[in-house]
Amino acid sequence: MTDQSMAAGPAGPAGPVPGRARMSPRKRQRISRGVQYVVLVAAVVAIAFVTNWEGLAQNFAKMDVAKQAFPDVFTVALKNTIIYSVGGFVFGSLGGLLLALMRMSSVRPYRWIATVYIEVFRGLPALLIFLLILFLPLALPGFEVPGGTYGQGILGLTIVSAAYMAETLRAGLQAVPKGQAEAARSLGMSHTRSMVSVVIPQALRIVIPPTTNQFVALLKDSSLVLFLGVSGEYVELTKFGNDLASTTANATPIMVVGLTYLLVTIPLGYLAGRLEKRQAKGR
Amino acid sequence: MTHAVEIKDLHKSFGSLEVLKGVDFTVDEGQVVCVIGPSGSGKSTLLRCVNLLEQPTKGKVTVGGVELTDPDVDIDAARRRLGMVFQSFNLFPHMTVLQNVMIAQRRVLKRGKQEAERIARENLDKVGVGAKCDAYPPQLSGGQQQRVAIARALAMDPALMLFDEPTSALDPELVGDVLSVMRKLAQDGMTMLVVTHEMSFAREVADRVVFMDGGVIVEEGPPGQVIGDPQHARTRTFLRRVLDPTYSGDDDTSETADADGGRAATPGSAGG
Repeated sequence: MTDQSMAAGPAGPAGPVPGRARMSPRKRQRISRGVQYVVLVAAVVAIAFVTNWEGLAQNFAKMDVAKQAFPDVFTVALKNTIIYSVGGFVFGSLGGLLLALMRMSSVRPYRWIATVYIEVFRGLPALLIFLLILFLPLALPGFEVPGGTYGQGILGLTIVSAAYMAETLRAGLQAVPKGQAEAARSLGMSHTRSMVSVVIPQALRIVIPPTTNQFVALLKDSSLVLFLGVSGEYVELTKFGNDLASTTANATPIMVVGLTYLLVTIPLGYLAGRLEKRQAKGR
Repeated sequence: MTHAVEIKDLHKSFGSLEVLKGVDFTVDEGQVVCVIGPSGSGKSTLLRCVNLLEQPTKGKVTVGGVELTDPDVDIDAARRRLGMVFQSFNLFPHMTVLQNVMIAQRRVLKRGKQEAERIARENLDKVGVGAKCDAYPPQLSGGQQQRVAIARALAMDPALMLFDEPTSALDPELVGDVLSVMRKLAQDGMTMLVVTHEMSFAREVADRVVFMDGGVIVEEGPPGQVIGDPQHARTRTFLRRVLDPTYSGDDDTSETADADGGRAATPGSAGG
């Protein structure tokens, strides 16, 4: 480091002989930690003094505004968010499984179709899909998405999630050892039967963690349903919070809605972790 | 008379690598045939061609009078008559032992649940793992898993059993359990084609031993002859290396040089 330390001893191929340094790495690390703690505490204290807590509370955590959000935030908004995202997830998974099998198929046109679909819809923003769905009745006169507003919302989320699920499931299917399908086939099972009974069940276990992420992403994307111009009984969490925030001129409903999202996503992550551990034991 | 297995001029290539270079042989009803040979000699590929897990590049495979290499054959139906046991067991890890043995009976043979369970338990008892019915495969030792795999194949009432190095992935002290199950099967008259490195098993149980090297059959005959008194230099070198792993084969260099040339390092191949 300094001339002195360079000259401290005969420098071997790995630098100066250890033990001659003036400060051991452990001591140096301890001092560096101490400095970091001091800075951190100072920053927290400064922020606590500077912040206008009262103003913040008035705008983001006003109790009587928060009360207005109940019970509709659960009975209408959360319910709809779950309907949109579970619907999109279920149909998206089925579509994704079909696309994954097509992409791995030996039939070349199937592979092409699946590849094009995945590349296109994985690359487009979900919002764009919703805007396009809005124009469907114009493009195809007389056509209506079955299920009305719910149908439109679920369709949009399905289109997007199918593309993602296809890639996730393909990775899962390919992660199942080849010997599994070989064992199934040599027991006389057909290709389809061995997929259904042996390969797909194991692939689903493998994809639990990425699928949880997929569902959480979908739950958040369901907020885009608001661009379909939903109202009344069809509103989901984000639109609900935004509307109430406008009428009360206060951000508290948005905070309530945010907490409601976390109420779903955090336990979900925990549940997926447990499921994964249980499955890992069975392997 | 029809043979249980009849293979004619079998060739198999993976890309430009020719693994089988024209193999002819037969297995008769009730016979136990052991295939031995160095790794890379094509013996596993040969076995996998018998139930068409590998599609032969050229040649004819006939099992029980049905030509499997006929493009219009119902391969699923044909495979029902063939039991296969793999080196790595390949049990279904998401099912219990009992379900492993039942699934193909139920889905392929369309047996009722009770009948399938009865047959599954019978076969699991027969291989000595009847107490493990409700365990999952990863909870079992390798030897137990391999015996479950044998029971799974037997539950389909196969006419022929194929074994692909069934003891190679096992700890040495577990090999005996699996071999004794196979010995019992042979005594009961099962037709068996076994790829193995267990020379004592081959010598004792086999009706015929086939020695393969470099994608061809070098020598075949009764075990006393092939293992006890091999006629070909390559067989002699191989056996000496297997039976005495410290042997490096120096005195046979001139004869084994070309055989060793195309292979990955086997112990002692540095000499060739």
